[in-house]
Amino acid sequence: MMVIEHTDVYALAPHHRFQWEDAQNSYVILFPEGMVKLHGGAGEVIKRLDGKVTVGDVIADLKATFPDAEDIESDIIGMFELALSKAWLHKV
Amino acid sequence: MTQTSGVQVNNGVASSITQSQPLWLLAEVTYRCPLHCAFCYNPTDYDKHTQNELTTEQWIQTLRDARKLGAIQLGISGGEPLLRDDIEDIVVEAKKLGYYSNLITSGVGLTEKRIQAFKDGGLDHIQLSMHDITEEINNFITNTKTFQLKQKVAAMIKGHGYPMVLNVVIHRYNIDHMKEILEMAEALGADYIELANNQYYGWSLVNRSQLMPTREQLERAEAVTNEFRATGTKMKIFYVVPDYFNDRPKKCMNGWGEVFMIVTANGDVLPCHSARSLPNMQFPNVKDSDLGWSWKESPAFNKYRGDSWMKEPCRSCEEKEKDLGGCRCQSFLLTGDAEAADPVCSKSPHHHLIEKAIEDAKNPVIASQPILFRNDKNSKRIISGELKELTDKFHALP
Repeated sequence: MMVIEHTDVYALAPHHRFQWEDAQNSYVILFPEGMVKLHGGAGEVIKRLDGKVTVGDVIADLKATFPDAEDIESDIIGMFELALSKAWLHKV
Repeated sequence: MTQTSGVQVNNGVASSITQSQPLWLLAEVTYRCPLHCAFCYNPTDYDKHTQNELTTEQWIQTLRDARKLGAIQLGISGGEPLLRDDIEDIVVEAKKLGYYSNLITSGVGLTEKRIQAFKDGGLDHIQLSMHDITEEINNFITNTKTFQLKQKVAAMIKGHGYPMVLNVVIHRYNIDHMKEILEMAEALGADYIELANNQYYGWSLVNRSQLMPTREQLERAEAVTNEFRATGTKMKIFYVVPDYFNDRPKKCMNGWGEVFMIVTANGDVLPCHSARSLPNMQFPNVKDSDLGWSWKESPAFNKYRGDSWMKEPCRSCEEKEKDLGGCRCQSFLLTGDAEAADPVCSKSPHHHLIEKAIEDAKNPVIASQPILFRNDKNSKRIISGELKELTDKFHALP
């Protein structure tokens, strides 16, 4: 598994689309032949990836936005690991 | 997080109003096709539906209505969808509505002008069918001279920055070329390849003995695929399991009326590609039925939702939620009873029919019978009853 560094920058992989789906009441990632429904926090992570922000920026932003969430950092890193292993994201 | 395969089922309770949503809309916009593939799953009586296709406006309304129900993945398929000249309009509307759209094509009719229009219109990807690494097999199984064209189209798709999604139907004539097929896909720059082991519906069922590989061929092909995966290829490989060679049936369409909605060239709304082969079923049509009613409330869509329709051995089977008794069409086509367990299941009292089909495919006399290619002439012969003996064998016509 790839080690996620705070200085890394990730973006949605080519041919993937991220959008809000009313019918699912969640964010989704779409790609050829498939769709992934992102629950709560995962959508918040992907939403922030613009090809410029670092992993550290995302963690800081989410900590500020959700100050009551516990151990949010390891959840966020876990989300990056999963998304990379599934090739939904690529390193910029 | 869940994949589409984890989408909720209605807890096995057949209700008049379903909670499920059609995530996939497959628009089979025409049954006309320049290819004549022996393994085509299209209905053998498709010739009835080549003169009454939906109009552009009807397709656009269908896209809007399905999107409201939750559909998000759109497949534009056929026949050969490019035989219609309004695919560009359909693509633009799909983009506007927020679909992730996929053109499923043989490549025949794809020109620089059209692919540029698709790109500008927002088509998300193109799935190209390939048949073999050899010109000989490609041209034989499709009954056309299309080998060179497919190579050119593959380059065109790549050249326009599209993900390269290849679909290869696997059968006796190409299965021993699995390694070369995978190498060809990689050389073409494919991002995804679907190795679709042939399933037996429509034309493919009529030609079953001629198309089915042996168990030994399948085992070799699977080993080759796994070896190729282990090379660290970036290409994503989907391997569609050959259900005849399994002990348990597939969870067909991920459940009847759970995720997939198919609208056919003439507007029929179906829960699966082959549903019209089932007897005594009245499927709704977009020309006269509301799509929301069709999905949620129509008797056809509710008929096999959940498990209350099941008979033994499915009803009391502890694995019934895993596969929902398999495929209703396969049960009917092989046993004459749509509610019977899918004969692929080793618990089915009809499982011998599957074993016999595998044996028949090894019998050189049966396996060398002439192939009935998918074309208008043969479809007319089937409709007229001229080939009744052939189709009766599989209950293959309503």
